[in-house]
Amino acid sequence: MRIGIPAETRAGEKRVASVPEIVEKLIKLGFSVAVESGAGDAANFSDDSYRAAGAEIIEGAAALWAGADVVFKVTVPTPEEVALMRAGSVLIGFVWPAQNPELMQQLAAQKVTVLAIDCLPRMLSRAQKMDALTSQAGVAGYRAVIEAANVFGRFFNGQITAAGKVPPAKVFIAGAGVAGLAAIGAAAGLGAIVRANDTRAEVADQVKSLGGEFVKVDYEEEGGGGGGYAKVMSEGFQQAQREMYAQQAREVDIIITTALIPGKPAPRLITAEMVRSMKPGSVIVDMAAERGGNCELTEPGQVVVKHGVTIVGYTDLNSRLAKQSSTLYATNLFRLTEELCKTKDGIINVNMEDDAIRGLTVIKDGEITWPAPAPKLPAAAPKPAEKPVAAPAAKGHGAASEPMSVGSLAMVFGIGALLFLLIGAYAPAAFLGHFTVFVLACFVGYMVVWNVTPALHTPLMSVTNAISSIIAIGALVQVAPPQTFLGNFMDRPEGWIRGLAVLAIVLTAINMFGGFAVTRRMLSMFRK
Amino acid sequence: MMSSSLATVSYIGATILFILSLGGLSNPESSRRGNLYGMIGMTLAVLATVFGPRVSAAGLPWIIAAMLVGGSVGLYAARKVQMTQMPELVALMHSLVGLAACLVGFANYIDPMAALNLSSAEKAIHEIETYLGILIGAVTLSGSLVAFGKLSGKIGGKPVLLPGRHFLNLAGLLLVIVFGYQFLHAESVNAGMTALTVMTVIALLFGIHMVMAIGGADMPVVVSMLNSYSGWAAAATGFMLNNDLLIVTGALVGSSGAILSYIMCRAMNRNFFSVIAGGFGGGAPAKKSGDVAQPAGEVAPVSATETAELLRESKSVIIVPGYGMAVAQAQHTVNEITQLLREKGVNVRFGIHPVAGRMPGHMNVLLAEAKVPYDIVMEMDEINADFPDTDVAIVIGANDIVNPAAQEEPGSPIAGMPVLEVWKAKTSIVMKRSMASGYAGVDNPLFYKDNNRMLFGDAKKMLEEVLAALRG
Repeated sequence: MRIGIPAETRAGEKRVASVPEIVEKLIKLGFSVAVESGAGDAANFSDDSYRAAGAEIIEGAAALWAGADVVFKVTVPTPEEVALMRAGSVLIGFVWPAQNPELMQQLAAQKVTVLAIDCLPRMLSRAQKMDALTSQAGVAGYRAVIEAANVFGRFFNGQITAAGKVPPAKVFIAGAGVAGLAAIGAAAGLGAIVRANDTRAEVADQVKSLGGEFVKVDYEEEGGGGGGYAKVMSEGFQQAQREMYAQQAREVDIIITTALIPGKPAPRLITAEMVRSMKPGSVIVDMAAERGGNCELTEPGQVVVKHGVTIVGYTDLNSRLAKQSSTLYATNLFRLTEELCKTKDGIINVNMEDDAIRGLTVIKDGEITWPAPAPKLPAAAPKPAEKPVAAPAAKGHGAASEPMSVGSLAMVFGIGALLFLLIGAYAPAAFLGHFTVFVLACFVGYMVVWNVTPALHTPLMSVTNAISSIIAIGALVQVAPPQTFLGNFMDRPEGWIRGLAVLAIVLTAINMFGGFAVTRRMLSMFRK
Repeated sequence: MMSSSLATVSYIGATILFILSLGGLSNPESSRRGNLYGMIGMTLAVLATVFGPRVSAAGLPWIIAAMLVGGSVGLYAARKVQMTQMPELVALMHSLVGLAACLVGFANYIDPMAALNLSSAEKAIHEIETYLGILIGAVTLSGSLVAFGKLSGKIGGKPVLLPGRHFLNLAGLLLVIVFGYQFLHAESVNAGMTALTVMTVIALLFGIHMVMAIGGADMPVVVSMLNSYSGWAAAATGFMLNNDLLIVTGALVGSSGAILSYIMCRAMNRNFFSVIAGGFGGGAPAKKSGDVAQPAGEVAPVSATETAELLRESKSVIIVPGYGMAVAQAQHTVNEITQLLREKGVNVRFGIHPVAGRMPGHMNVLLAEAKVPYDIVMEMDEINADFPDTDVAIVIGANDIVNPAAQEEPGSPIAGMPVLEVWKAKTSIVMKRSMASGYAGVDNPLFYKDNNRMLFGDAKKMLEEVLAALRG
């Protein structure tokens, strides 16, 4: 099959969907590759370098699209590009189906197959190598720091020189996702003091591992929204968060905001008031500018100076590092191609049974297949079809048992009723009293023990063992019953009974004292 | 001397205390108090009996002497026993209860006073109770002794399967019923005694046979099942003596033991009855079923120094202890390594399989002895999902509970048993003496996985070397 790499048409876009190094690998997989002339120019990949890698250079977008079975793209295709697509061909790139319903209809009408790299099920661990969102966000995070350094009037690292002492820059990073973490790493690498915050408390360790300091919001709430994204937080939390941001704004020199919530406008974290409170010459880089901005004063695509603070609102951070972004993106698409072409014969097979590929495929042969059902996590059931038995058994104890089927329940009740009927018919009244006590005690035992934690199984067993030496009572009453009870049974084998009973008392006493003592010893060791 | 009513009220008090005791034992916070309730309840019950209307002053010296002897032996044993020997001790103690139940039963039978003023129906029931009490007691006695032998290594762990064992058991049951009939219709005490003795012998043999047929891997279930039997024996004795306290307490112990056995069977994904019927863990079934893939490939050995290196560089470690840790007495070294790593900021946790060791909760007790904080000791269900995010999983002397064959090979004898998924960690290290298979007799494909390393040698010695390397 023939893979086509068109030049990106969006204004300011400098990336390209594949690079010469990867083109070579694609050809090894059995594909032929066609590149539109000039596609890689903006990212410093010349036509010649592609040609050297084995690609064919084609003049003009129309010819390229017409001849390609598979098209690799970076940005969302324009209506004009869609119109160029051949029926039955495959498009791989960013699509954002939720934001672009009209585009989806248009693509479906073209009877093509579309794999949206932004729809990758990111929680699948084997999908990580194809995760273009992550690779691009990482580049953008790095670039955000460089942009900040560019307009910031001082060093990042503190220095003591003959010309005087320079304090280190203080950088605050809002949102510790992939972009945020990359920014933390880059800023710390330049020598700045880095602080970061995220609504998801579990990223604190990742922040620390990159050399940042995690600033906590003084409010208890868990912010994980699934799929590695944050969720919208409660009003109380937001209030506490605003106070924390206001505090940071007064203290730091540079703020980089990366906060995004899927499908929602970017949250307003930095108010005009906070910008005013910042030191003159400070910098804000708003990585969420495209989605409205985390800062109230951001102007998307522009660098503006407000109240003495430079606010960078670039929306093309990836294009500003086009070579790096393109290389990583090309690698992501190559890994995806490997998954699509496991036979290495240059034929793509869109296997809808594969969780990762199912998630990516938003249109299959002109039919919209988005959104994909939630993928089965591999950890939950590696072979669900083969052993459905294991799942209920793995529940562990303490969980409520599943109700019995009606049939077996009826049988149990039937047998129980029959037994009770027999006992009721033949047993004397005195026995029934004891029997009542016995049955009820069985139920109490069942209720009491059912929820025991496994850690305490051994102590529980040893205490029940100690308690079962209650049998001593039986021996005690046999040792020496009062004479009034004896009546005229003077032929009672006194010696024998006493001997047996005393021996029984000795045995149960061992159990009684030993059992409780050993339980005590064990329990005294359990500590938090 | 107490009045009869006062004694009864004391019994009710004791019963309540016993229930509170079992309830308290279901979580670590309240467990110590639970044990205390048990002790108070027992003291109350014994005092109420001794000073109650059924014991005369003449018996006091005997009782005190017997209590002193038994009590001191018990306390001595409790103090001396090592935590790794807990399963043996508990099994041995069960046998004492079984023996005591037999003795009380026999004493009661030869006591003409016991059956005084009973109608014929009541007498029949009374005798059935005696018969059953001795039967259960005898099974508990011999079964526990065999379990003790297996747990302490005096008897081999492999199941002993006699040909036609189910028929042998059935024949035994029939004989017990026949002699029960004779016993009920015996003219004199002496005539009944023969039947009773023969039944006791059969019951003893049955107990031996039953536990011999159960493999070492199922010992946790057996121990808790015998625990349950000792309770039923007490309950039967209670019926025999018309004593409600005995009935209630026996039933409590009996049902809680039965539930515990059931919980454990479920943890192993095994049918309760198939465990009781025995025969698991012989290794023979594994060879018969041809569809079990023999794991093949190279095992990658690793040294203690390299292990320390791996540990030092990791952020998250899960330790999975098994019987091997108990045998090697390595829990203290494990704790030192844990502390050292935690000081370095490594997230160390323990993953405990419900049937790790030879007794339910065995590992928890050992780790608690070594003062490992119990909030980092996790159950299988709590921790299984975390293995993919774990850098190093260390398996110390465990085999079957980390065997991927349970999930991957439907033909394996342990298929479907929930296991700790250590192979999902970035690296797993298995500490083992040799390549021998576990109690279930099943080979372990984990050892051949690419991300697995084997650290051969005695667990304690190896861990000490790891500790030294970590410090150095």
